[in-house]
Amino acid sequence: MKAHVYVTLKRTVLDPQGQTIQNALRKMQYQGVKDVRQGKYFVLELDGSLDAAAAKAEVERIAKDVLTNPVIEEFTYKLEEGA
Amino acid sequence: MKFGVLVFPGSNCDHDTYNVISEIAKQPVTMLWHDSPNLENCDAILVPGGFAYGDYLRTGAIARFSPVMQSVKKFAADGGVVLGICNGFQILTEAGLLPGALMRNAGLKYICRQVYLRTETTNTPFTGTLKKGEVLKIPIGHMDGNYVCDAETLAALERDDRIVFRYSTAQGEISPEANPNGSLGNIAGILNEGRNVLGMMPHPDRSSESLLGSADGYRIFASMVLALQQNESRSPAVQEVAAR
Repeated sequence: MKAHVYVTLKRTVLDPQGQTIQNALRKMQYQGVKDVRQGKYFVLELDGSLDAAAAKAEVERIAKDVLTNPVIEEFTYKLEEGA
Repeated sequence: MKFGVLVFPGSNCDHDTYNVISEIAKQPVTMLWHDSPNLENCDAILVPGGFAYGDYLRTGAIARFSPVMQSVKKFAADGGVVLGICNGFQILTEAGLLPGALMRNAGLKYICRQVYLRTETTNTPFTGTLKKGEVLKIPIGHMDGNYVCDAETLAALERDDRIVFRYSTAQGEISPEANPNGSLGNIAGILNEGRNVLGMMPHPDRSSESLLGSADGYRIFASMVLALQQNESRSPAVQEVAAR
């Protein structure tokens, strides 16, 4: 099983890198993009010792305690079965 | 009185900081490696600048889990004096010893230049020899110095007089032009609730000798030495000796 964890800045926090990318897209005349938020992507390869519920709890704990700074960041994740 | 300078893999201002204490303040000082199991009875801890653990994940994010930081947390909780400079400030926020976080500079550039700081409070072990409103010339050198916190935290910092330095003009005016990195309220340095932990982005370690362009940073170390001496003269061990 693999866990895919996506970390981005909170909506309430200014993302100057995302804004710069968006400005660049606009200058290059790409169409239809309203906003860009940039972030980090982690793939955790799990060793199979945890069942799905325990893996979920552990990934959430890792994301909260280590992968994000809760002052400025938030995360989403998904578990990929059998990967 | 003994100072301890933390050394993480990737710290690069550890020797500058050590040098200020040993050569200018002329006080005992020791280096404390990141996996040190204790603080070797130091009376003050300096968390130097640099790129601890390569700034991997986030600045300060890995450093906060190192063994020495567990001792620093206990030391700070007991009222021990801790100064975090630049990356040291980032580590202290990640460790939860100081509120808020330091984000990428608003201009997305690494900035290395002299800035001016206005002293906002002297009720600290770090600014006791300064005057309120006094302007210090101290350099910054960082990519992630843009201080942020939520409105509630900012209100508490202001209410409790815990903002120690703000970026200002040479005349002490707080303006957007004087803000190098986009920090909320021009904040350059803050205290914890106990007032014994200070984190600041500018480098007093790089401005403690006039040869370096400014000796203003030394005022902070001098204040620490004075505060620790006063504390020592009040400590039970010294009083016991004095009573003999």
